[in-house]
Amino acid sequence: MAKGIKDKVVILGMGCSPFGEHWDKNADDLIVDAFTECLADAGIERTQIDAAWFATAIEEGHVGKTAVPLGVALRLPFIPITRVENACASGTEALRGAVYSVAAGAADIALAVGVEKLKDTGYGGLPQRTRGAFNDMYFANASAPGSFAQLATAYAAKHRVDPADLKRAMAQISVKSHDNGAKNPKAHLRNPITIDKVLNAPMVAEPLGLFDCCGVSDGAAAAIVTTPEIAAALGRTGDQVSIKALQLAVSNGSEASYNAWDGTYLETTRQAATRAYAEAGIDRPREAVSMIEVHDCFSITELVTMEDLYLSDEGRAWRDVLDGAFNADGRTPCQIDGGLKCFGHPVGASGLRMVYEMYLQLLGRAGERQLSSPEIGLTHNLGGWPHLNVASIAILGKL
Amino acid sequence: MSDPVGILGFGGYVPRLRLSRGAAVEANGWFNRGLGSLAKGERSMANWDEDSVTMAVEAARDCLNGARPEDIAAVHLASTTLPFDDRQNAGIVAEALNLPEAIQTMDLAASQRAGTTGLIAALDRAAGTDGKTLFLAADRRRSKAASPQELQFGDGAAALLLGRGRTVADLLGSHQVAADFLDHYRGGDARFDYGWEERWIRDEGYLKIVPKTVAALLDKAGVDAAAIDHFVMPSTIAAVPAKLAKQLGIPEATVADTQFSSMGEAGAAHPLLLLAHTLERAEPGQTILLVGWGQGCDALLFRTTDALRAARPRRGIAASLEAGHTITNYNRFLAFNDLVEHEHGIRAEFQIKTPPSALYRNRDMVTGFVGGRCRSCGTVQFPRAHYCVNPNCGALDSQAPCPMAEMPATVQSWTADKLTYSPDPPTHFGMIVFAEGGRLMADMTDVDEGGVAVGMPVRMVFRVKARDADRGFTAYFWKAAPDDTRVARATD
Repeated sequence: MAKGIKDKVVILGMGCSPFGEHWDKNADDLIVDAFTECLADAGIERTQIDAAWFATAIEEGHVGKTAVPLGVALRLPFIPITRVENACASGTEALRGAVYSVAAGAADIALAVGVEKLKDTGYGGLPQRTRGAFNDMYFANASAPGSFAQLATAYAAKHRVDPADLKRAMAQISVKSHDNGAKNPKAHLRNPITIDKVLNAPMVAEPLGLFDCCGVSDGAAAAIVTTPEIAAALGRTGDQVSIKALQLAVSNGSEASYNAWDGTYLETTRQAATRAYAEAGIDRPREAVSMIEVHDCFSITELVTMEDLYLSDEGRAWRDVLDGAFNADGRTPCQIDGGLKCFGHPVGASGLRMVYEMYLQLLGRAGERQLSSPEIGLTHNLGGWPHLNVASIAILGKL
Repeated sequence: MSDPVGILGFGGYVPRLRLSRGAAVEANGWFNRGLGSLAKGERSMANWDEDSVTMAVEAARDCLNGARPEDIAAVHLASTTLPFDDRQNAGIVAEALNLPEAIQTMDLAASQRAGTTGLIAALDRAAGTDGKTLFLAADRRRSKAASPQELQFGDGAAALLLGRGRTVADLLGSHQVAADFLDHYRGGDARFDYGWEERWIRDEGYLKIVPKTVAALLDKAGVDAAAIDHFVMPSTIAAVPAKLAKQLGIPEATVADTQFSSMGEAGAAHPLLLLAHTLERAEPGQTILLVGWGQGCDALLFRTTDALRAARPRRGIAASLEAGHTITNYNRFLAFNDLVEHEHGIRAEFQIKTPPSALYRNRDMVTGFVGGRCRSCGTVQFPRAHYCVNPNCGALDSQAPCPMAEMPATVQSWTADKLTYSPDPPTHFGMIVFAEGGRLMADMTDVDEGGVAVGMPVRMVFRVKARDADRGFTAYFWKAAPDDTRVARATD
């Protein structure tokens, strides 16, 4: 294995706009919100940025193609900007590009920005779009919740879990995220809810009800990264948040076309997790990882991700969830900021939003929801559907 | 003398859904009290994703019963409700059935008699060539809301494999009479039929034109009317076949049930559908008289052979009629037949455009559901790709075309999705796993809420994937349906 990225790059600053239904904002307003906070946090000038990565996934709804919208929004001085898209995992892709460029020495200081302006589609949920000429001819007529709901039916059947018990565990996931989100001033949804409310909500895609689905939001997030040496040269003192691992695994079609995958987990997450733990030098994730932000697009996604990250035994995550293992005061606090469920899910920004929470927590800046002295944070960002997707994992800790 | 020409195989298809006529009369009786006389029984009703092409494919599969005769030389499709006015519909059916490309495909249309006229022509063709002809007829009928036709009509399809050799019924003869008798007509731009008075149709039409046609046939064939064992003739006027039998001297007991109470009349397909149904029940050595009606009359005479005992469709008309699902919500019928302007919601605004170039180069996968089978490791996979999907193989360009439509499969995971747009929400889809290998995240059809479970056996069926209203295009693909040999009767 390659030597990896561990401790080669640190985060100089981060910013994140409030997520929500920003009827009064365009994408560039959201970008500037996140960037302004990020730049102030980094303590540098705009002109010190050597290169940028720009993530957005549903560009036809707001900024259009290319990296130009970022250059224009921030009036960046003709620097290289790369537009990245990996569906809902686009935000982590932007970070990966920025981090790798710094690690390679191609840039001293790099910027990653993710944005999505979703609330101009006219409806809830993600917009219907073409999936490519040939794919459109045979792909199922599936919504995102419908695709992820399959995890639940397959999981209940394979592990012989009573669907009612699984539904209750899924409900607990959403209740926990609402509890957490209520403490986050930037979160889209800040209302605590009850298990009964989740269980009695209208069905969206069997067995996922309304409260099993994350919010669809407008928002942006940004990170400025550099090397530890340059950070020191810039006068940065005190704790520094370092990238311990940054991994991406992409489906090759075997889940969709080969009869080995049983539909109860995400192969990509397992592959990326294994590589990320190795890159970060983590042997025992349940002990080493202090906190996580995972891609809880749907409650069942979060549930199986606990197993895919090796934080629960296979077939046991639903019990661990019900036992509170992933509550803010549990063994591995999960979605401390409310997650996609409550912080919201502006697609291209979400991966960077997850890293933002880990960054704040590691620096002790998470306010009312601050955990006590976390050492290692992990983010898990997913794009696509369980049978065809990309999964990226970032592990962060103090330098 | 060479072997006689005749029927080598038979089959048919009646859609699963049946509209309760009582429910329709309850909805419309306030407007047309005359409908009350038609309130009994059910009519077959195509699902939203069925049309004359998809039903013809199912009828053909019923007839072929898993066999893929390489010597099929022609596919003819008769219908008055073809989905395309200018794109050969029989050609779509032939590709869905994965028949060889060196084949004659032809549509026959524009009359209720298209089924029987086409059958006579196809038998003539079979007499002059060695290859077999797959003769299909299908209709998804159109009628206005609150019309008697809405209650009289039904949707369905039939299939006959024609040729020489091991025939189950030999053609003894045929006779045709052309008469521009307008019991109804449908102009080129009209959606619906315009009909004339029933008494005139009966007395001046059926009772005069049919007898002279049949008499001429019996005379030509040298068969006595009293020797007819099965008199097969559709008619929406209930008493007509029995009246004709009496007039012609055909024993009344031989008059075949028109299946009016179970499915209604499936247009150009109906005579053939009744013929297939009769063949399911007939004994060897029996004489069958088939009559088709529409701007004249067709009469055909068949005699069944000993081979009939061994001939079986995959499922057959009787089983197809048996396994219906009764719809008592008349609004569903209106919606599925585009008889009411539904608010489809904003998600329906997105319409998938099918690029003909992409469809053409992928047509065996899309229309024929042909995947790949790796020559190195044997793994079946869909779609076919350059590299084998088996992680332990990965061979390059190793895949032979592998037809998957007939492969048994089961459900690994599923959902009932209420968010995505569907004309029949919630839309079901799931991971379908084929026993021989291969899988597909597939749309499901002909299922009800609560009717899908992990492990459920399914069968792939050719259906409408989406309709592109802006461009008048119908896109087809394969969906998973509950294994219909295990489906029981149900009501919504």
